[in-house]
Amino acid sequence: MVEWTDFERTTIQDIFSKLDFEVVGPKTLARCLIVYPWTQRYFGNFGNLYNATAIMGNPMVAKHGITILHSLDRAVKNMDDIRNTYAELSVLHSEKLHVDPSNFNLLADCLTIVVAAHMGKAFTGEMQAAFQKFLAVVVSSLGRQYH
Amino acid sequence: MTTLSVKDKDTVKAFWAQVSGKAEEIGTDAVARMLVVYPQTKTYFSHWKDQSPNSPAVRKHGVTVMLGIGEAVAKIDDLKAGLASLSELHAFTLRVDPANFKILSHCILVVMATMFPNEFTPEVHVSLDKFLASVALALSEKYR
Repeated sequence: MVEWTDFERTTIQDIFSKLDFEVVGPKTLARCLIVYPWTQRYFGNFGNLYNATAIMGNPMVAKHGITILHSLDRAVKNMDDIRNTYAELSVLHSEKLHVDPSNFNLLADCLTIVVAAHMGKAFTGEMQAAFQKFLAVVVSSLGRQYH
Repeated sequence: MTTLSVKDKDTVKAFWAQVSGKAEEIGTDAVARMLVVYPQTKTYFSHWKDQSPNSPAVRKHGVTVMLGIGEAVAKIDDLKAGLASLSELHAFTLRVDPANFKILSHCILVVMATMFPNEFTPEVHVSLDKFLASVALALSEKYR
Protein backbone atom coordinates (compact mmCIF):
# COMPACT_ATOMS: atom_id res chain seq x y z
CA MET A 1 0.00 0.00 0.00
CA VAL A 2 1.55 3.29 -1.07
CA GLU A 3 1.82 6.07 1.47
CA TRP A 4 1.38 9.55 0.09
CA THR A 5 2.35 12.65 2.03
CA ASP A 6 -0.02 15.62 1.85
CA PHE A 7 2.54 17.43 -0.25
CA GLU A 8 2.78 14.55 -2.72
CA ARG A 9 -0.98 14.20 -2.99
CA THR A 10 -1.55 17.89 -3.54
CA THR A 11 1.36 18.22 -5.94
CA ILE A 12 0.24 15.37 -8.16
CA GLN A 13 -3.40 16.48 -8.20
CA ASP A 14 -2.32 20.04 -8.86
CA ILE A 15 -0.06 19.17 -11.75
CA PHE A 16 -2.72 17.05 -13.43
CA SER A 17 -5.47 19.62 -12.92
CA LYS A 18 -3.39 22.15 -14.84
CA LEU A 19 -2.47 19.86 -17.72
CA ASP A 20 -4.23 20.19 -21.06
CA PHE A 21 -4.51 16.50 -21.94
CA GLU A 22 -5.15 17.35 -25.59
CA VAL A 23 -1.74 19.02 -25.77
CA VAL A 24 0.38 17.08 -23.31
CA GLY A 25 -0.83 13.63 -24.36
CA PRO A 26 0.17 13.91 -28.02
CA LYS A 27 3.46 15.61 -27.15
CA THR A 28 4.39 12.89 -24.68
CA LEU A 29 3.69 9.91 -26.91
CA ALA A 30 5.31 11.60 -29.90
CA ARG A 31 8.42 12.35 -27.86
CA CYS A 32 8.59 8.73 -26.70
CA LEU A 33 8.34 7.41 -30.28
CA ILE A 34 11.05 9.85 -31.40
CA VAL A 35 13.49 9.57 -28.51
CA TYR A 36 13.08 5.80 -28.10
CA PRO A 37 12.27 4.66 -31.63
CA TRP A 38 12.03 1.01 -30.71
CA THR A 39 8.76 1.81 -28.96
CA GLN A 40 7.30 2.20 -32.44
CA ARG A 41 7.10 -1.57 -32.58
CA TYR A 42 3.76 -1.40 -30.78
CA PHE A 43 2.20 1.00 -33.25
CA GLY A 44 2.62 -0.79 -36.57
CA ASN A 45 -0.87 0.20 -37.67
CA PHE A 46 -0.45 3.90 -36.91
CA GLY A 47 0.68 4.77 -40.43
CA ASN A 48 3.48 7.24 -41.03
CA LEU A 49 6.06 7.21 -38.23
CA TYR A 50 9.05 7.66 -40.53
CA ASN A 51 10.50 10.79 -38.99
CA ALA A 52 9.98 13.22 -36.16
CA THR A 53 7.81 15.55 -38.23
CA ALA A 54 5.57 12.69 -39.33
CA ILE A 55 5.24 11.41 -35.78
CA MET A 56 4.41 14.82 -34.36
CA GLY A 57 1.74 15.33 -37.02
CA ASN A 58 0.26 11.84 -36.86
CA PRO A 59 -3.40 11.98 -35.72
CA MET A 60 -3.40 8.41 -34.39
CA VAL A 61 -0.42 9.23 -32.19
CA ALA A 62 -2.21 12.32 -30.94
CA LYS A 63 -5.40 10.42 -30.18
CA HIS A 64 -3.57 7.69 -28.34
CA GLY A 65 -1.56 10.19 -26.36
CA ILE A 66 -4.80 11.73 -25.13
CA THR A 67 -6.13 8.28 -24.20
CA ILE A 68 -3.02 7.63 -22.12
CA LEU A 69 -3.34 10.93 -20.24
CA HIS A 70 -6.98 10.24 -19.39
CA SER A 71 -5.91 6.86 -18.10
CA LEU A 72 -3.28 8.45 -15.89
CA ASP A 73 -5.94 10.80 -14.62
CA ARG A 74 -7.86 7.76 -13.39
CA ALA A 75 -4.84 6.81 -11.36
CA VAL A 76 -4.67 10.34 -9.94
CA LYS A 77 -8.31 10.07 -8.92
CA ASN A 78 -7.64 6.69 -7.27
CA MET A 79 -4.25 7.36 -5.75
CA ASP A 80 -4.84 5.08 -2.81
CA ASP A 81 -5.44 2.04 -4.94
CA ILE A 82 -3.70 2.42 -8.24
CA ARG A 83 -2.85 -1.25 -8.18
CA ASN A 84 -6.45 -2.41 -8.45
CA THR A 85 -7.50 0.52 -10.62
CA TYR A 86 -4.95 -0.64 -13.17
CA ALA A 87 -5.40 -4.41 -12.85
CA GLU A 88 -7.38 -4.72 -16.08
CA LEU A 89 -5.04 -2.37 -17.94
CA SER A 90 -2.13 -4.47 -16.79
CA VAL A 91 -3.71 -7.63 -18.15
CA LEU A 92 -4.44 -5.80 -21.41
CA HIS A 93 -0.84 -4.64 -21.82
CA SER A 94 0.47 -8.11 -21.04
CA GLU A 95 -1.97 -10.48 -22.70
CA LYS A 96 -3.24 -8.53 -25.64
CA LEU A 97 -0.72 -5.80 -26.43
CA HIS A 98 2.40 -7.74 -25.33
CA VAL A 99 4.22 -4.57 -24.29
CA ASP A 100 7.61 -5.02 -22.63
CA PRO A 101 7.15 -3.33 -19.23
CA SER A 102 10.54 -1.62 -19.62
CA ASN A 103 8.79 0.67 -22.06
CA PHE A 104 6.54 2.09 -19.35
CA ASN A 105 9.52 3.85 -17.79
CA LEU A 106 10.43 5.38 -21.12
CA LEU A 107 6.98 6.91 -21.53
CA ALA A 108 7.04 8.04 -17.89
CA ASP A 109 10.34 9.85 -18.46
CA CYS A 110 8.94 11.58 -21.54
CA LEU A 111 5.88 12.73 -19.59
CA THR A 112 8.16 14.14 -16.88
CA ILE A 113 10.07 16.08 -19.51
CA VAL A 114 6.93 17.42 -21.21
CA VAL A 115 5.48 18.50 -17.86
CA ALA A 116 8.82 20.10 -16.98
CA ALA A 117 8.79 22.02 -20.26
CA HIS A 118 5.27 23.29 -19.56
CA MET A 119 5.87 24.27 -15.96
CA GLY A 120 9.39 25.66 -16.29
CA LYS A 121 10.95 26.78 -13.03
CA ALA A 122 7.72 25.98 -11.18
CA PHE A 123 8.60 22.30 -11.59
CA THR A 124 10.88 22.15 -8.56
CA GLY A 125 12.97 19.18 -7.46
CA GLU A 126 10.42 18.38 -4.76
CA MET A 127 7.60 18.38 -7.28
CA GLN A 128 9.63 16.23 -9.64
CA ALA A 129 10.21 13.75 -6.82
CA ALA A 130 6.48 13.51 -6.10
CA PHE A 131 5.60 13.25 -9.77
CA GLN A 132 8.16 10.54 -10.42
CA LYS A 133 7.00 8.62 -7.35
CA PHE A 134 3.47 8.66 -8.75
CA LEU A 135 4.70 7.48 -12.15
CA ALA A 136 6.75 4.73 -10.49
CA VAL A 137 3.60 3.44 -8.79
CA VAL A 138 1.71 3.59 -12.09
CA VAL A 139 4.50 1.72 -13.87
CA SER A 140 4.65 -0.90 -11.17
CA SER A 141 0.86 -1.39 -11.24
CA LEU A 142 0.88 -1.74 -15.01
CA GLY A 143 3.51 -4.45 -14.78
CA ARG A 144 1.88 -6.34 -11.99
CA GLN A 145 -0.31 -8.77 -13.91
CA TYR A 146 2.44 -9.93 -16.24
CA HIS A 147 3.40 -13.57 -15.90
CA MET B 1 26.02 1.27 -26.46
CA THR B 2 25.58 3.94 -29.08
CA THR B 3 27.52 5.68 -31.83
CA LEU B 4 26.76 9.31 -32.34
CA SER B 5 25.78 10.12 -35.91
CA VAL B 6 26.94 13.29 -37.63
CA LYS B 7 23.43 14.64 -37.09
CA ASP B 8 23.61 13.83 -33.37
CA LYS B 9 26.95 15.60 -32.99
CA ASP B 10 25.80 18.67 -34.94
CA THR B 11 22.58 18.82 -32.95
CA VAL B 12 24.40 18.57 -29.62
CA LYS B 13 26.97 21.18 -30.59
CA ALA B 14 24.32 23.58 -31.85
CA PHE B 15 22.15 23.16 -28.75
CA TRP B 16 25.19 23.50 -26.46
CA ALA B 17 26.10 26.76 -28.20
CA GLN B 18 22.62 28.04 -27.34
CA VAL B 19 22.60 26.97 -23.71
CA SER B 20 26.22 27.02 -22.52
CA GLY B 21 25.81 30.60 -21.35
CA LYS B 22 23.60 29.21 -18.59
CA ALA B 23 25.82 26.21 -17.86
CA GLU B 24 26.25 27.14 -14.20
CA GLU B 25 22.54 27.45 -13.64
CA ILE B 26 21.85 24.19 -15.47
CA GLY B 27 24.47 22.28 -13.51
CA THR B 28 23.42 23.65 -10.16
CA ASP B 29 19.75 22.85 -10.76
CA ALA B 30 20.53 19.36 -12.13
CA VAL B 31 22.67 18.35 -9.14
CA ALA B 32 20.25 19.90 -6.64
CA ARG B 33 17.35 18.13 -8.30
CA MET B 34 19.21 14.82 -8.30
CA LEU B 35 19.81 14.99 -4.54
CA VAL B 36 16.11 15.65 -3.93
CA VAL B 37 14.55 13.27 -6.45
CA TYR B 38 17.04 10.45 -5.91
CA PRO B 39 18.04 10.70 -2.23
CA GLN B 40 20.32 7.68 -2.53
CA THR B 41 22.73 9.89 -4.48
CA LYS B 42 23.36 11.87 -1.32
CA THR B 43 25.47 8.97 -0.08
CA TYR B 44 28.30 10.25 -2.27
CA PHE B 45 28.27 13.62 -0.56
CA SER B 46 28.24 12.67 3.10
CA HIS B 47 31.32 14.84 3.47
CA TRP B 48 29.23 17.93 2.80
CA LYS B 49 27.72 19.42 5.94
CA ASP B 50 25.04 21.16 3.94
CA GLN B 51 23.38 19.07 1.23
CA SER B 52 20.49 21.45 0.63
CA PRO B 53 19.87 22.55 -2.98
CA ASN B 54 21.20 26.05 -2.48
CA SER B 55 24.29 25.20 -0.49
CA PRO B 56 27.64 26.44 -1.82
CA ALA B 57 28.94 22.86 -2.12
CA VAL B 58 26.01 21.75 -4.28
CA ARG B 59 26.26 24.84 -6.48
CA LYS B 60 29.99 24.41 -6.91
CA HIS B 61 29.55 20.78 -7.81
CA GLY B 62 26.91 21.62 -10.39
CA VAL B 63 29.38 23.96 -12.05
CA THR B 64 32.09 21.30 -11.99
CA VAL B 65 29.81 18.76 -13.64
CA MET B 66 28.73 21.16 -16.39
CA LEU B 67 32.35 22.10 -17.11
CA GLY B 68 32.90 18.38 -17.64
CA ILE B 69 29.92 18.20 -19.99
CA GLY B 70 31.24 21.20 -21.91
CA GLU B 71 34.59 19.45 -22.22
CA ALA B 72 32.80 16.39 -23.54
CA VAL B 73 31.01 18.46 -26.19
CA ALA B 74 34.37 19.81 -27.33
CA LYS B 75 35.76 16.28 -27.49
CA ILE B 76 32.64 14.76 -28.99
CA ASP B 77 34.57 13.06 -31.78
CA ASP B 78 36.52 10.86 -29.38
CA LEU B 79 34.91 10.78 -25.97
CA LYS B 80 36.81 7.71 -24.82
CA ALA B 81 40.20 9.37 -25.28
CA GLY B 82 39.00 12.84 -24.37
CA LEU B 83 37.46 11.81 -21.04
CA ALA B 84 40.13 9.26 -20.07
CA SER B 85 41.43 11.18 -17.06
CA LEU B 86 37.91 11.97 -15.89
CA SER B 87 37.15 8.28 -16.17
CA GLU B 88 40.14 7.44 -14.00
CA LEU B 89 38.94 9.97 -11.46
CA HIS B 90 35.44 8.45 -11.29
CA ALA B 91 36.76 4.88 -11.31
CA PHE B 92 39.57 4.99 -8.79
CA THR B 93 38.97 8.01 -6.61
CA LEU B 94 35.26 8.78 -6.63
CA ARG B 95 34.04 5.24 -7.35
CA VAL B 96 30.60 6.40 -8.36
CA ASP B 97 28.35 3.51 -9.36
CA PRO B 98 27.73 4.05 -13.10
CA ALA B 99 23.98 3.64 -12.58
CA ASN B 100 24.10 7.16 -11.19
CA PHE B 101 25.30 8.60 -14.50
CA LYS B 102 21.91 7.72 -15.94
CA ILE B 103 20.20 9.40 -13.01
CA LEU B 104 22.15 12.65 -13.39
CA SER B 105 21.64 12.56 -17.17
CA HIS B 106 17.88 12.39 -16.64
CA CYS B 107 18.03 15.37 -14.27
CA ILE B 108 20.05 17.35 -16.81
CA LEU B 109 17.41 16.62 -19.45
CA VAL B 110 14.60 17.72 -17.11
CA VAL B 111 16.43 20.99 -16.40
CA MET B 112 16.92 21.56 -20.13
CA ALA B 113 13.17 21.11 -20.56
CA THR B 114 12.34 23.61 -17.81
CA MET B 115 14.83 26.21 -18.99
CA PHE B 116 14.63 25.81 -22.77
CA PRO B 117 11.16 24.41 -23.53
CA ASN B 118 11.17 25.66 -27.12
CA GLU B 119 14.71 24.66 -28.02
CA PHE B 120 14.58 21.25 -26.32
CA THR B 121 12.59 19.64 -29.11
CA PRO B 122 12.20 15.86 -29.41
CA GLU B 123 15.03 15.83 -31.99
CA VAL B 124 17.36 17.67 -29.63
CA HIS B 125 16.19 15.42 -26.80
CA VAL B 126 17.14 12.20 -28.60
CA SER B 127 20.58 13.47 -29.65
CA LEU B 128 21.33 14.87 -26.21
CA ASP B 129 20.13 11.65 -24.54
CA LYS B 130 22.45 9.63 -26.79
CA PHE B 131 25.30 12.05 -26.11
CA LEU B 132 24.91 11.84 -22.33
CA ALA B 133 24.76 8.04 -22.59
CA SER B 134 28.02 8.13 -24.56
CA VAL B 135 29.59 10.38 -21.95
CA ALA B 136 28.49 7.96 -19.24
CA LEU B 137 30.02 5.09 -21.18
CA ALA B 138 33.30 6.95 -21.64
CA LEU B 139 33.32 7.77 -17.93
CA SER B 140 32.85 4.07 -17.13
CA GLU B 141 35.78 3.00 -19.33
CA LYS B 142 38.37 2.65 -16.61
CA TYR B 143 36.16 1.00 -14.02
CA ARG B 144 37.18 -2.56 -14.75
